[in-house]
Amino acid sequence: MKKNNVILQTTAKVTFFIISLFSIHIFFAGHFAPGGGFVGGLLTTGAIVLLLLAFDLETVQATLPFNFTIVIGIGLLLSLGTAAGAILFNVPFFTHAFAHFDLPLFGDTELHTAMIFDSGVYLVVVGAAITIIQSIGGDE
Amino acid sequence: MEFVWFIFLPALAALFIPTLFRRVAGIHTGWFVLIIPVVLFVYYSTYLPLTASGEHAVSSFDWIPSLGISFVSYLDGLSLLFTLLITGIGALVVLYSIFYLDRHKEKLGNFYVYLLLFMTAMLGVVQSDNVISLYLFWELTSISSFLLIGYWYTRDGSRFGALKSMMITVGGGLMMLGGFVILGILGDTYSIRELISRLSDYSGDPLFTLAAVLLLLGAFTKSAQFPFYIWLPDAMEAPTPVSAYLHSATMVKAGLYLVARFTPIFAESSVWIWLVSGIGLLTLMWGSFFAVKQTDLKGILAFSTVSQLGLIMSLLGAGAIAYHSDDTLFRLAMFAAIFHLVNHAVFKGSLFMIAGIVDHETGTRDIRKLGGLMSVMPISFTVAFIGGLSMAGIPPFGGFLSKELFLESMVALKHFELFNFDTWGILFPVIAWLASVFTFVYSFYFVFKTFTGEKKFDKLPLKPHEAPIGMLISPIILAVSVIALFFIPNVVGKWLVAPAVMAAQPQLYSLPSEAAVHVQAWHGFEYIPMWLTAGVIAIGALLFTSIKKWQPVYGLQPEKLSLNALYDSAMTFSEKGMNKLSRFYMNGLIRTYLLYMFAFFSVMTIVVLFAKGAFKLDMSSLSPITLFAVMNAIVAILGTGMVIMSKNRISAIIALGAVGYSVALFFVLFKAPDLALTQLVIETISVALFLLAFRHLPALKTHGETKQNKLVNGIIAIGVGLSVTLVALSAHSNKLVSSISQYYKDTVYTEAGGGNIVNVILVDYRGFDTLFEIAVLSIAGIAVLGMIKLRLSRKESDDEKE
Repeated sequence: MKKNNVILQTTAKVTFFIISLFSIHIFFAGHFAPGGGFVGGLLTTGAIVLLLLAFDLETVQATLPFNFTIVIGIGLLLSLGTAAGAILFNVPFFTHAFAHFDLPLFGDTELHTAMIFDSGVYLVVVGAAITIIQSIGGDE
Repeated sequence: MEFVWFIFLPALAALFIPTLFRRVAGIHTGWFVLIIPVVLFVYYSTYLPLTASGEHAVSSFDWIPSLGISFVSYLDGLSLLFTLLITGIGALVVLYSIFYLDRHKEKLGNFYVYLLLFMTAMLGVVQSDNVISLYLFWELTSISSFLLIGYWYTRDGSRFGALKSMMITVGGGLMMLGGFVILGILGDTYSIRELISRLSDYSGDPLFTLAAVLLLLGAFTKSAQFPFYIWLPDAMEAPTPVSAYLHSATMVKAGLYLVARFTPIFAESSVWIWLVSGIGLLTLMWGSFFAVKQTDLKGILAFSTVSQLGLIMSLLGAGAIAYHSDDTLFRLAMFAAIFHLVNHAVFKGSLFMIAGIVDHETGTRDIRKLGGLMSVMPISFTVAFIGGLSMAGIPPFGGFLSKELFLESMVALKHFELFNFDTWGILFPVIAWLASVFTFVYSFYFVFKTFTGEKKFDKLPLKPHEAPIGMLISPIILAVSVIALFFIPNVVGKWLVAPAVMAAQPQLYSLPSEAAVHVQAWHGFEYIPMWLTAGVIAIGALLFTSIKKWQPVYGLQPEKLSLNALYDSAMTFSEKGMNKLSRFYMNGLIRTYLLYMFAFFSVMTIVVLFAKGAFKLDMSSLSPITLFAVMNAIVAILGTGMVIMSKNRISAIIALGAVGYSVALFFVLFKAPDLALTQLVIETISVALFLLAFRHLPALKTHGETKQNKLVNGIIAIGVGLSVTLVALSAHSNKLVSSISQYYKDTVYTEAGGGNIVNVILVDYRGFDTLFEIAVLSIAGIAVLGMIKLRLSRKESDDEKE
């Protein structure tokens, strides 16, 4: 579906970054404010879908040359690994750990293993959604 | 070290076999496999002095302690006898297979993996004290037997035989599981030893007999008793080492083991005694009679195995009578059963190996084409001669001794005066004698039709010659044992048989030496069995010489009336019936399936709500209805109406999006930012997805639905809506347990280190849910990819064809 929609394409180029940045913000905000890996992942997917609508599948694939099925795999591994990692410390499966650190630039920051788990969720959501959209949209 | 782990040694070794087969191509994989049974045989032999003194050894490992299920290695006389048979014959069979299976042509990796798996399974069956783990191993023997019969899976006969054996033995195994569960409930334990010791608590229960019958169904299917024996002849499609090992020496004896093991429990029951001895005798007669009909060498051996298993089974039945009678003759029956079991494993193993050799060296097993092989295969002939005569019950071979004990026990049965044996008992010696005559005939038929008579070498596919020496080692060892069994029966009796008898009749003896029967070849002229044997030889020889005249009798039985035909038609019937049944409700339309689900869901919900009195309305704590909410609801309803009414798919999609956004607005109104955010994004993406997939969807049409259909759909739709509303309202009105939200509020910062409860629920409190959800999402994504890509590739290959 090659169409030349100048207005959509121009705005899409700008909004893509805005939505992406917002999705990253939402993702990190997750533990204390509304947001999280699931919504973050969906927003990123939304940004990519916008590109898909404005341009076409080939262009988007050339711009974002990821194999999204592998993204699913990485995400699942991360989540499962976080959950299973607890076993190594002799605590039950899925026990999270967190601590406060004084990081440069950020100041006092809480680092939480739930974040790793959540990034797995994020990757799976993006990977699976884009895989589905690409396969259905790319079907001739 | 807990010796229970030795059961698993073969299965563990099996893990390395495929690698060895692939990497070490220069050496036949069998040589590596051979180590396992030899090591196990030597190891288990060290327990012989222990069991011979009447003791036992136990090693156990708790598998599922909460259900009382454990792996136990319980070694008493009976288990040890079987263990030694499994490992001993196993070693010989592996040695034989090294020369039988070509390492360049055969998939040895598969073969030995299955064989080792079987070895573990079989060891597990005979050593388990826990009935549940016994059942597990029991079915594992069926599965490994299935795999081994189907080893040459490109042949139709192999696949048919494998499936048949699986259907029958696994079916029987399931019945047996039922029996075990009943026993477990009655006796409140799954341990066989405890079941025996608590016998008096539950033996009067009406379910006791049912348990006995169910257990026997398992034993009879496995040990190929009438009418379940039909799988065994078809199992002969397996490679000959397998037939020698599984289908004559070990697996088919699992049923006998089971009967012997449970005799102390069920001997009380007259049903048990009648079934075991009666079916055993019937099988003995049936098998020996039809063995002469067969033209395939292995077919003859299969029927002879069926018949010999029947013989041992009937002896076990007679042995169970010892619980009701003081007559020492019935004690003798149990001894005879175990002794014949050993004899049979030895001589039948050698005969199967010879059948394999004949097949290997001449290219055929059809007895009509064979003849006169004695001159070219003298060693094979000698082995077959020894094995065959032992099977026929002729001195000086081991089979003679147990055969005489068998006849003696059967004659004794007519003296037994309980359970109507005084009226029907006379049939037992008569049938036993007749069956022995036919046993004599088929033994001679097998040996002499193959090795003597007219030479027809030009009709054989291969030029016959003697087998390589490696292939002959195992049968020679077995043939030597056959002769040894005749000359040292009392040594074998003391070390192997008597301890096993004691295990089957524990309350009769305190020491194995009391169970030992002094076996001797010569009893004097007063001894009835000797005259019976003489009669067998005389009449048998007469029948064998005139075999051509009466063999056509077998043609009289119409093929349609055989048990095999019954099995075939039952299989076709169940296949067709199931097809019809599933076609009845599976019409391939997702709409129909959704209809089933929704209808079931709403009916169940509403019925349960009212039946349990859960339906209650409490409007007191509901939040007030605002103007925004009303307007939002109107938008949602209008949108829904438009989705249904729309004649155009694109407007339906847009309307659906509107419904979704209005739901998101509800979340905003009720102050749930996380949900609102998620809902908004999901709605956006799914509308976009719809638009992307739009061109693949068929044009919107009515699918030829009638008004009636629409009415049904409408009712179900209203039902679903109603039930969901009812559930929501009554869930709000019935607070059976206090809300968990307070707990979340209390712990979210202190224990979970977060501030947003919704997100902490997702990643921490209910992290499992999320983990499974993303797993499902991944599966869905990959499934969509696979579905579409596979369809594409199929289309491409179709294009290429055109």
